[in-house]
Amino acid sequence: MPNLNDILILLPEFYLVAAACLLLLLDAFMKPEQRPVLHWLSIAVLLVAIYLVVAGQPSQAVTAFNGMFIRDGVAEILKVFSLLTTVLVFFYAKPYLQDRKLFVGEFYTLTIFAVIGIMLLVSAGNLIMVYLGLELLTLSSYALVALNRDSRLSSEAAIKYFVLGALASGMLLYGMSMVYGATGTLDLVRLHTAAGHTGMPHLLVFGLIFMIVGIGFKLGAAPFHMWIPDVYQGSPTAVTVFIGSAQKLAAFGMAYRLLASGLGDLSQHWQLMLACLAVLSLAIGNIVAIVQTNLKRLLAYSTISHMGYLLVGLVNAGPEGYAASLFYAISYAITSAAAFGMILALARAGFECEEIDDLKGLNQRSPWAAFLMMLVMFSLAGVPPLFGFFGKLLVFQAAIHAGYLWLALVGAVFAIIGLYYYLRVVKVMYFDKPVEGTEVHLQKDVSVRLVLSLNVLALLVLGIVWGPLFGWCQSVFVG
Amino acid sequence: MIDPNMFQLVCFYAFAAVTVVAALGVITLRNTVHAVLSLVLTFFSTACIWLLAEAEFLAIALIVVYVGAVMVLFLFVVMMLDIKQEHVREGFIKYLPVGIIVALVMLGEMLALIGVRAMHQAVMGADPATVAGMSNTAWLGNALYTQFLLPFEVAALILTVGVVAAVVLTLRQRTGVRHQQASQQVRVNPRDRVRVVKMAAEVPAAPQPAPGKETTP
Repeated sequence: MPNLNDILILLPEFYLVAAACLLLLLDAFMKPEQRPVLHWLSIAVLLVAIYLVVAGQPSQAVTAFNGMFIRDGVAEILKVFSLLTTVLVFFYAKPYLQDRKLFVGEFYTLTIFAVIGIMLLVSAGNLIMVYLGLELLTLSSYALVALNRDSRLSSEAAIKYFVLGALASGMLLYGMSMVYGATGTLDLVRLHTAAGHTGMPHLLVFGLIFMIVGIGFKLGAAPFHMWIPDVYQGSPTAVTVFIGSAQKLAAFGMAYRLLASGLGDLSQHWQLMLACLAVLSLAIGNIVAIVQTNLKRLLAYSTISHMGYLLVGLVNAGPEGYAASLFYAISYAITSAAAFGMILALARAGFECEEIDDLKGLNQRSPWAAFLMMLVMFSLAGVPPLFGFFGKLLVFQAAIHAGYLWLALVGAVFAIIGLYYYLRVVKVMYFDKPVEGTEVHLQKDVSVRLVLSLNVLALLVLGIVWGPLFGWCQSVFVG
Repeated sequence: MIDPNMFQLVCFYAFAAVTVVAALGVITLRNTVHAVLSLVLTFFSTACIWLLAEAEFLAIALIVVYVGAVMVLFLFVVMMLDIKQEHVREGFIKYLPVGIIVALVMLGEMLALIGVRAMHQAVMGADPATVAGMSNTAWLGNALYTQFLLPFEVAALILTVGVVAAVVLTLRQRTGVRHQQASQQVRVNPRDRVRVVKMAAEVPAAPQPAPGKETTP
């Protein structure tokens, strides 16, 4: 039976659920012009949640509710950074949503519910919890993508996301049922021991394949990437920034829980599968991005290639590889939040700033914005000394140590190909003439300007002082 | 005498085959009513497989909730979509053969299940419910509120999100809509509504002689 101790272990999650319900009620009784209060309250709620996660962190991994929930270092680091990126999302989203009459309380509550899903997912100790956490996250995301319901593009994106997401969940469940059939347990810890001596190894491997398909869909790794460009382009940019940043941390957490915690003994089977997914993602992401003219689509293909790099680290299947992948996921989440934050900050009522051509001559109009955008693009491309560089270096190193030298070489070649389209954005900003009669400038909102500048400068600072963060990532996988 | 193990296996494959064929029917049949009837059959066959696995409560819940409520509602909606009255009536005869086939297959499955029940001899291995000396439903309830309490609560959270999402995506607040206000209606005073005006009675004017030839005698 659950006792008080179990509830204390889940305190951050319970607190967020209660806070989300209160915000929902508050919104119902609030006048539309009082909504900025809700905005600041939501940010405060998330900051308190970060405090609860860090302050209540036990020195050793503990489980609650009969092993359903694990609170360990991996969960802590993923929770802290997904909450943090969600705070960034809230900051960037406000002026954009206000300009488009989408500034509703449900944006905040649904996003908080999605974050609760992420927190449950990365702490899951049982296949059922993995599935339920994922459903909570994706169901909230479907609604968020469709938030701009009068836009055809947005509805189309939501339908695509919903259908493909349901298909992926079905695949994942199918794989889980096979794994359950082969081992007779849903608990990830017991699964780890039972997977070694099952009477039905073929069924287990089939289950593993279906689960990897499900994970591939959620990460957006090729060949399961079809939904990414349409969803990124179609959904309101304020929602894209959430899908593109915090959700990637959740996808890493899911892959880690399922593959490493649950089926770590089968790593000789899944290493090569992940390597294939990685090569395909790198190729499709980097090559197709070259021909994109829409900035959001370009960033979508960039996501696909970045998920390829993340998988390169996971192929190592050891603490070194998990730490490198985790570091990569964090660096990507923060950089991606900054990239979409830039689009949000440059957009205004009636102008989305979605096309690359919209950035023409940005340097002459707003040098600071052009400088920030340049840093973001360099970090995505992996130019030293920015944040993205060390992530790439560490995952390549992990792959080489696991004996996958060819994979690291392929990754390096595609990183150079990828450099081209990131540099094209920089070239357009600095060397092209601005189009007459158009106007692009940063948002007037002070909080957006301040947080965005801090976010981008953090890329530079964390790129130079990357040791402590990587040390934290390494420490959670030891023992 | 048939070997009960064998019979159970045959039943399982038969139910599974019906499920797959019916599921294929759902996505291939062009007629929507036929597709819905196939879906009913799919659910029913799945419930039969669950009964074979001794998950009685789940099987009954599937039939009551899905076949009984959701699917019948769905069937009504599909049939109502074509609003012409004579069409609906025509449909009854037209869909009768498919309906009868579905009903007959269901009947066959039920008979087979009763056969399994009659010959049942603990062939499924140790069932936690039987080990605990409880009925399937009682055991499920117990497990749901102790061992699986957290997933159960999270499922409730997912339903909450479903409700919020449904409201966000469908509620439209239109401006300029006229509403009835009951409290104001009740508070109305008859004197505000009817005003009695005093005025002098109208006297009909005396008939005026028509001009023209009538004046001449």
